[in-house]
Amino acid sequence: MNYQSRADLGGQAVNARVVPEAEGDLFHAAWERQALALTLAMGATGVWNIDMSRSARETLPGYRSLTYYEIWIHALERLLMEHRLVGADELAAGRMLGKARSGLRVLRAVDVPATLATGAPTQRPPTVPPRFAIGEPVRTRATPVAHHTRLPEYARGKTGRIDQIRGVHVFADAHAHGLGEQPQWLYTVVFSARELWGNDAAAGHSVSIDAWEPYLESQR
Amino acid sequence: MSHTHPADEPSVITGMDLRVRALRTVLEQKGYIDPAALDVLIETYESKIGPRNGARVVARAWVDAVFRRWLLEDGTAAIASLGYAGRQGEQIVALENTASLHNLVVCTLCSCYPWPVLGLPPTWYKSAAYRARAVKDPRGVLADFGVTLPDETQIRVWDSTAEVRYLVIPRRPPGTADLPEEQLAALVTRDSMIGTGFPKTPDSDP
Repeated sequence: MNYQSRADLGGQAVNARVVPEAEGDLFHAAWERQALALTLAMGATGVWNIDMSRSARETLPGYRSLTYYEIWIHALERLLMEHRLVGADELAAGRMLGKARSGLRVLRAVDVPATLATGAPTQRPPTVPPRFAIGEPVRTRATPVAHHTRLPEYARGKTGRIDQIRGVHVFADAHAHGLGEQPQWLYTVVFSARELWGNDAAAGHSVSIDAWEPYLESQR
Repeated sequence: MSHTHPADEPSVITGMDLRVRALRTVLEQKGYIDPAALDVLIETYESKIGPRNGARVVARAWVDAVFRRWLLEDGTAAIASLGYAGRQGEQIVALENTASLHNLVVCTLCSCYPWPVLGLPPTWYKSAAYRARAVKDPRGVLADFGVTLPDETQIRVWDSTAEVRYLVIPRRPPGTADLPEEQLAALVTRDSMIGTGFPKTPDSDP
């Protein structure tokens, strides 16, 4: 399996400044509004899940050269084609050429407020106790994996400690690949900046990630 | 509230305009989308769900010690009691800044952000520069926002790598003891709830 995320940016050498923005500046072109709405509306059909969406975006070959909403549109087109809802010929023509897939759960205007208010909670009831306790030292998985994952590269093979236990959550690594929810305990794991970036890092700087149990092994 | 954005309307039709228009037409003709739902989605995030929601949460925490305690113990429930919940905020954790600790929130892997309380993320939050640098050089990133912290202040960066969403509760500005809750909320900036800014003070420019 050949899988490469181009979205794992933490700690990468990017020298650009961060450019602040006024509170109301949400969209920078009219089509960006449509990109948001189309993505949310198609997401609500439930044909794919949010982890599949993230996976479709992060593996786009042009990820680093696209703007945010360009990424959304490219990934949406890709998901639509992969799930055979739309053909490449139809996107090129800008009109329907083949039959529509039936039975889709179409998001209606009247249902938008309730749909947004519910969201898609990922917490599930525990069936086993958590393996780790608050304060326990843990080491993160050191090896890269050839699938979608939410363990950033900068935090691979690092020693931190369990800061909080966040409950049992749908496991993104499995869910992104259509392997079901496979819920796992989720922890906030905190690292000193020196563990992550070396001894030049400031002493009073720490970084935490939210890590599912399979990412972690005990350091006791 | 209606919005017009004349500056956004393209004077020339770009490739993305055409591409998105084509996509929307196909999806409409296939019956996969309700065009009216698209309008409601846009309207919701342009005028209903945005950082003023989070500002009300922060102001309540500043004036109500019982609410503050609840917010820090169970952010999701305390925030839901003010009517904010749902998509991209199914589980919200509030992070309180103190004299000795400053919290900063990022998503290095994509753009995870607490939508019910802050709305859609700003462009910089989604940028490669912020996502790359916030975890490694938070003081440098803060400097880009004109924010300087004392050397002895501890900085905790929260990388939103799962479905937990984080809301920073900034410190209440000095000189606000007599202000009512609504005026306090007006001082709370979006950036202060991400950790890249401070709330306004009563004497700062309007």
